[in-house]
Amino acid sequence: MKGRVLVVDDDSALAEMLGIVLRGEGFEPSFVADGDKALAAFRESKPDLVLLDLMLPGRDGIEVCRLIRAESGVPIVMLTAKSDTVDVVVGLESGADDYIVKPFKPKELVARIRARLRRSEEPAPEQLAIGDLVIDVAGHSVKRDGQSIALTPLEFDLLVALARKPWQVFTREVLLEQVWGYRHAADTRLVNVHVQRLRSKVEKDPEKPEIVVTVRGVGYKAGPS
Amino acid sequence: MSGDSAASAPGRPGDRPERPVGRKPAGSRWGRLFEGGLLEGGVQGSPVIRLFMRWVRRPLLPVMRLWRRNIQLKVVATTLLMSLGVVLLLGFVVIGQVRNGLLDAKVKASQSQATGGFAVAKQQAEEAVSVTGDEETAADGRPSQSVIQWMSDLVESLSSGGQGAFDVVTLPAADASGSGRGPRASGQVNPTASVPAELRERIDENTSAAQSYTRIVYDTGKESQPALVIGKQVNDPNRDPYQLYYLFPLTQEEKSLSLVKGTLATAGLFVVVLLGAIAWLVVRQVVTPVRMAAGIAERLSAGRLQERMKVTGEDDIARLGEAFNKMAQNLQLKISQLEDLSRMQRRFVSDVSHELRTPLTTVRMAADVIHEAREDFDPVTARSAELLADQLDRFESLLADLLEISRFDAGAAALEAEPIDLRDVVRRVVSGAEPLAERKGTRVKVVGDQQPVVAEADARRVERVLRNLVVNAVEHGEGRDVVVRLAAAGGAVAVAVRDYGVGLKPGEATRVFSRFWRADPARARTTGGTGLGLSIALEDARLHGGWLQAWGEPGGGSQFRLTLPRTADEPLRGSPIPLEPKDSRRNRGLDDAGLPSGGRHGGKSATAPARQPGADGPARDPFALPPTAVTPTADPTALPGNGARVVARTGSTRMTPGTPAGDGTPHGGGTGDGTATRRTSRGEPDSGAEGPGGGSASRDGERDGEASRGR
Repeated sequence: MKGRVLVVDDDSALAEMLGIVLRGEGFEPSFVADGDKALAAFRESKPDLVLLDLMLPGRDGIEVCRLIRAESGVPIVMLTAKSDTVDVVVGLESGADDYIVKPFKPKELVARIRARLRRSEEPAPEQLAIGDLVIDVAGHSVKRDGQSIALTPLEFDLLVALARKPWQVFTREVLLEQVWGYRHAADTRLVNVHVQRLRSKVEKDPEKPEIVVTVRGVGYKAGPS
Repeated sequence: MSGDSAASAPGRPGDRPERPVGRKPAGSRWGRLFEGGLLEGGVQGSPVIRLFMRWVRRPLLPVMRLWRRNIQLKVVATTLLMSLGVVLLLGFVVIGQVRNGLLDAKVKASQSQATGGFAVAKQQAEEAVSVTGDEETAADGRPSQSVIQWMSDLVESLSSGGQGAFDVVTLPAADASGSGRGPRASGQVNPTASVPAELRERIDENTSAAQSYTRIVYDTGKESQPALVIGKQVNDPNRDPYQLYYLFPLTQEEKSLSLVKGTLATAGLFVVVLLGAIAWLVVRQVVTPVRMAAGIAERLSAGRLQERMKVTGEDDIARLGEAFNKMAQNLQLKISQLEDLSRMQRRFVSDVSHELRTPLTTVRMAADVIHEAREDFDPVTARSAELLADQLDRFESLLADLLEISRFDAGAAALEAEPIDLRDVVRRVVSGAEPLAERKGTRVKVVGDQQPVVAEADARRVERVLRNLVVNAVEHGEGRDVVVRLAAAGGAVAVAVRDYGVGLKPGEATRVFSRFWRADPARARTTGGTGLGLSIALEDARLHGGWLQAWGEPGGGSQFRLTLPRTADEPLRGSPIPLEPKDSRRNRGLDDAGLPSGGRHGGKSATAPARQPGADGPARDPFALPPTAVTPTADPTALPGNGARVVARTGSTRMTPGTPAGDGTPHGGGTGDGTATRRTSRGEPDSGAEGPGGGSASRDGERDGEASRGR
């Protein structure tokens, strides 16, 4: 398994400790302590995953997240000390795939990283349709009328999960488990934010979604194709 | 006439001022009839009358409401009424004066005219006597013929001097023989109809002149007109008496008088209307700022603190405005200070959170790495590593709880409510508590999950509350079953967690929610709660506008009940599950030792007050059904009236010891205006779980035994 992880954290002790743990799990960590240098380091190291602290000197984590997301769909996991709704939602909206609240257990962190990396193991060739979209699962592409739509891997996974069973209504918990690989996490904000992000990319009118439909009080389902 | 008008004029002034005063009692009588009689059903008469009054009252209601609410209308109406009274009084006085003035002159002139006329008539009669005296012998046969002619001449000659200013009438005296001296009149006046009979009698009785008012009736069909009539008995040349009348028309005077009346009425109307308008304007000047102040006060209280009154000038209104603005300014200042403080605290919490958490993360990871490798260490170091990892867990959860609590305290906790099925939450919680339950040998049963129990709630918070309750129940359940009961009724849903463990000591049902409270510090704790769990749970419930309440009896277990409104903005009125479970000792009719209570009273309903004297009785728990109402077979979900009954009783249990912690607190706690209002309106005590003071103290005597609640 590929395992280059870029750790963006200004706390040297934590960064070092993260390095120890990640190396122990077979990852190849690289480090950057400054928000301003994060993007350069990202381009240089071409990581498979970014561990990003939200509070950084220089550019803050949100900004860094936005910049990385602008040029790559690589999974980003935020490290945050603030579990307040606003902080988390802002982080997720800026493009992070997942977040983990300090203090965390090493196992938890590793599980999250693995869950984010696992999806890149080659899928079977498969064509799916959802709404007027055509999804090529193996080719990792989504097209509307031949025009391809750029999605991050996570958004792609979310869309595929919904499209595979268009008859099923997915609760947020089920989506968390299927897409994020959580077992008992109750934070459904992850799902909400990413559904919004996905809609903003694939819906013709995000105010009136037709691809990813909300089933009030239950969850989401794929729109009729 | 003057006598008449003088009599009537003073009579009215006396009447007038009373009028506005006199109306008020009438009005209030109406009011009493409306408000007292109709609202309170005071009209004891037949239902027909009541129906009629209701029918009359309905269209009047908006008017009455306007009257009650609109001071401007009141003042203008009062001003109109009173000025109308004053104008009427003035008008009558003035008209009386004018009439008297006009008539006095006329009467004097007429009297002198008439006196002159009488003298002339007498003189002519005497002259005629001297003339006819010579002819008497010659023309004895027809003396009356000459008298008739003489009288016609007399009337003509007398009236000719008046130039239409007066008319002259002669009438025979009452005792005169029918000698051909018929009535005569000048100017086509109908003599008999124009002279009132009453005056004729008076003149018959004495010889002096007399006067009266009358209307002149004309033979020609000319319109009759008012007149003064003066008459006297005079002798004709034959020395027979006849009646001579002077009729002075008062048309001119009447015209003048009606002109004055018209002018006065017009002027009075104008004055009244103008006074009304003036009153309206003046009141508006005062009322407008007052209304503005009221409107702005409302907006201020709605949170728009930058609202101010416009102040112009230096008068009292301006002073009101200034004082008002000063008050608003101070309020704004204080509120913004408090907001700053709260912001600072939130910021501090956030900073502490970050600052503490980052090193803790490092420590945590390091400890885990060491912990993983402990098998390579010597036993002492290995055990140390274990302790380190364990205590770091504890430290972490303590820190998390502390931060959560301070977030509540700072008012930074936000509710993310959406419709959730509590059965899912309960299932998750129960399956999460499964490992602990197995260790304890406890079975966790779920009751009432046949139907969806949906409420608008924050799933994360509800799950946290329920996890806390279930874990607590398992932990303190001493291996006995734990029952989780769900129910929905009315506008509320509830989850109750019942255990059969050590229960709660008297007063502890309140104190369990206190921060860091422990029932028995000596008691070994297996899972090492932070002591903040129930406090956080209580705050979570409060945030939902719900209740979290505890019930327990020593040795008989306890029940914790979470009640949430079905929709987030709906106030709670009751809970679908009674706080005291049906299988409590009291409800089963047992005493504290678990023995059937003595046969003093047959029913279990009677045992409760007998066993627990004082204020207990119905006040023990406002949310439990009264003992008589709890039949062992009744399913709480089948009691939709439960809520209503609860509401009815909360008022009376205001200060009673039985009010559990969750009662006063869940909807208090200053999480927002809404909850505060709700609490006030319900008349609940302010003391929350943190202030168990008097409540728990007086409760101490009611329940005994021992209990411990760690979390």
